[in-house]
Amino acid sequence: MILISCPDCGPRDETEFHYGGQAHVPYPEDPSALSDEEWGRYLFYRENTKGIFAERWVHSAGCRKWFNVLRDTVTYRIAAVYRNGEPRPSLDGDPQ
Amino acid sequence: MVETTIEPLDKKISALRVSPAQHLHGAFVDAGVTGAFGVRLREEQFLTMVGLRVAVGSPDRARLAKIVGAELPARCGEVATGHDVVVLWLSPDEFLVISQSVAGSTLVSYLRAGLSEGGAAAVVDLSANRTTLRLEGPSAQAVLEKGCPLDLHPRVFAPGTAVATNIGRVPVILWKVDLDSYRILPRSSYADYLGRWLVDAMAEFKVLGSG
Repeated sequence: MILISCPDCGPRDETEFHYGGQAHVPYPEDPSALSDEEWGRYLFYRENTKGIFAERWVHSAGCRKWFNVLRDTVTYRIAAVYRNGEPRPSLDGDPQ
Repeated sequence: MVETTIEPLDKKISALRVSPAQHLHGAFVDAGVTGAFGVRLREEQFLTMVGLRVAVGSPDRARLAKIVGAELPARCGEVATGHDVVVLWLSPDEFLVISQSVAGSTLVSYLRAGLSEGGAAAVVDLSANRTTLRLEGPSAQAVLEKGCPLDLHPRVFAPGTAVATNIGRVPVILWKVDLDSYRILPRSSYADYLGRWLVDAMAEFKVLGSG
């Protein structure tokens, strides 16, 4: 069980949240101009990072707001929590 | 906008209404425990609940505060007490306005008067969305701790706070009205399951109390 600090509600158990995959995947500016392969890459291709990973979570049992988390995929340790729309915070030793 | 509104103060309609946990009334009474390990459960029927959504920083907030008689709660857990209404914080831009005495349609029209034309806000009568279970007694905290992931110690969860969380896997709003007195607001369709779950969780204290 990981303890996630919702920016609005504070630390809560992982069971109150749902996972939303990789963060900072921008919606294509002109989706109709993309080829099928490019559209497929936007929809289905994600990083498989070993280490610090920026990902989305939603506090579905609480305030129902989405936010971003920097989590180490090896240790599960959460390095930072930041609101939707905020830039990814830089960490020491984080290759981004 | 077309809405189905039920006036709880209209006696004719009130007599026909059935609350979501009404069929469990007998089970709740039987499950009650008195004494040092006491815990009692009952349903508080038909509280008026109005969902209020208003953007952070909107000028409507000041007008709404005047109408409800209190500043809208600013952070998680806060409960604001106004004129005949209580406002619970659900998220930075979402609140639940609860009243025992004001009818849903009346409360909706009062609150709508505080919204500016074209502003991003919503007032919806949600009275039938949730029901209210009242859990009271010295063992109430122990009963909830069997199925709630939160730290319910009074040092962390003080009387007069309300949070959205899970109890027995059911999403609820848990409102600590007083020390050893909780209001649990599950969605109506979960009332049966949660009511039976609480009755089961209370059974242990009956044995403790009689021994």
